[in-house]
Amino acid sequence: MSGRSRFSFDRLIRLPPFVWLGAFFLLPFAITLKISLSEPATAIPPYLPVLDWRGGLDGWSSFLEALNLDNYATLYADPFYRDAALGSLGYAALASLILVAVGTPLAYALSRAPARWQPLLLALVIVPFWTSFLIRIYAWIAILKPEGLLNLVLLRLGLIARPLTILNTDAAVIIGLVYAYLPFMVLPLYAVMNRLDPTLRDAAADLGASPTRVFWSVTLPLSLPGIAAGAALCFIPMVGEFIIPDLLGSSETLMLGRVLWTEFFSNRDWPLASAVAVLILAIVIVPVVLFRDSLRVGEGTGEGR
Amino acid sequence: MTWVTRTALVVGLGFLYAPIVVLIGYSFNASPLVTVWGGFSTRWYATLLADAPLLASAWVSLEVAILASLIATLLGTLAALVLERQRRFRGRALFTGLVLGPIVMPEVMIGLSLLLMFIGIGLDRGMLTIVIAHATFCTGFVAVVVAARLRGLDRSLEEAAADLGAPPLRVLTTITLPLLAPAVIAGALLAFTLSLDDLVIASFVSGPGSTTLPMRLYSRVRLGVNPEINAASTLLVGLVSVVVLVSSWLTARRGGA
Repeated sequence: MSGRSRFSFDRLIRLPPFVWLGAFFLLPFAITLKISLSEPATAIPPYLPVLDWRGGLDGWSSFLEALNLDNYATLYADPFYRDAALGSLGYAALASLILVAVGTPLAYALSRAPARWQPLLLALVIVPFWTSFLIRIYAWIAILKPEGLLNLVLLRLGLIARPLTILNTDAAVIIGLVYAYLPFMVLPLYAVMNRLDPTLRDAAADLGASPTRVFWSVTLPLSLPGIAAGAALCFIPMVGEFIIPDLLGSSETLMLGRVLWTEFFSNRDWPLASAVAVLILAIVIVPVVLFRDSLRVGEGTGEGR
Repeated sequence: MTWVTRTALVVGLGFLYAPIVVLIGYSFNASPLVTVWGGFSTRWYATLLADAPLLASAWVSLEVAILASLIATLLGTLAALVLERQRRFRGRALFTGLVLGPIVMPEVMIGLSLLLMFIGIGLDRGMLTIVIAHATFCTGFVAVVVAARLRGLDRSLEEAAADLGAPPLRVLTTITLPLLAPAVIAGALLAFTLSLDDLVIASFVSGPGSTTLPMRLYSRVRLGVNPEINAASTLLVGLVSVVVLVSSWLTARRGGA
């Protein structure tokens, strides 16, 4: 009796999230997959074939026959889309590398700060993560543009003779990516470093290792899972990034998120936009599966505090 | 602390905050030019308060964020209970994927696929569709925050209540949920700010007449730096900082360990 009620109670709790996410996450994705196999058309909705539920079995078979891989062939053959895919991977990979280089010392410094300061310092890292993404990227425009703050300072200091062109270049995109995703790198890495057994460091120090040596041969190797988790956590959303290349990049900054946006809003090619979406997912799924376990490390510790 | 770690902290936090500080500073600049300091002024805030379209979209955003975070908090809390307390049932892998998937899924994908579905089922785009979309992508974040707290919870309290004859629902409402409250509130606040901040998903699923604040800001930002936007940004940053402070205070005060 009690086992039975427990059972149905458990099901009752499962039901709402299952139904909602099934309807608004799984089903839309299935529809996107289907439309990516369709052809664009000047109709409403602007693609063919449209499944006619009343057509019965014949309707289904003619529907299935009309689906094809043309959009994916276009993505593969057209250098524009290939460059966009490679561009996304390239920007995301370079930014991830820089994030490791920038985030590791910051996370290490956080983990070595006095215990009573750590909650405050951690909050200081988290606040920008909560602050509007759009606004934080927009702020860089004022800094990086030719008559912006950075050039103003550099000119005054006499370090440069003419304003540097940074805005609307690849450099600006990388700066934006590193800036926006730094908290994603630091938080999981800090979580791992904070949990390291301090006696290991002490032992190394007692045996005569300098602090630098302790960092390189004890702390860093033990923190590799955190580094991997942080890098994956940054790399994944960066691949589909739209706002950063759009605001800080040039018209030649090719990234998949932006290409999808253009295909959809400007070119009104829904099937091709859907195919780009599926391609982004295919690229993103690899690190998700590879780093499944270490991503969980990051999730449990990141936003929770 | 050595000077190396101290430098890393100062440089790292400086990098994180410099753009925000610059933005706040410029919002009080009387001159519309970035290069010229025209003295302290609040004129851009006055302009902002007289900007009817911007204020209207701020209201849309606020309503969407409240509704979406309520739904996401309900669904996310239930999902966390399932993820942490129901170890085996058929479809557990699918359930986990459904809850955590939207967290890593690029926003352009969520936006596009939801829009295609809304059009497919003939649902008119407007505030309702934005609320649905935001609730969907925020649920996973709430679930992660609540699940983290659930993991650290002492199960013996719930077991004691069950042993004394309390039915599952009673245990949930009188023991588990009160203990979870700080995490549920923190999750709700996170969902609220995520919804308030979203540009990409809303751009796909919104209809005419339901322009959110980020969409309005984006269309102006594309035209370049604008002191009125600096003022709007400063207000938003202030609001979010208050939310974060309240949330971390809640988590710390009621046993964040």
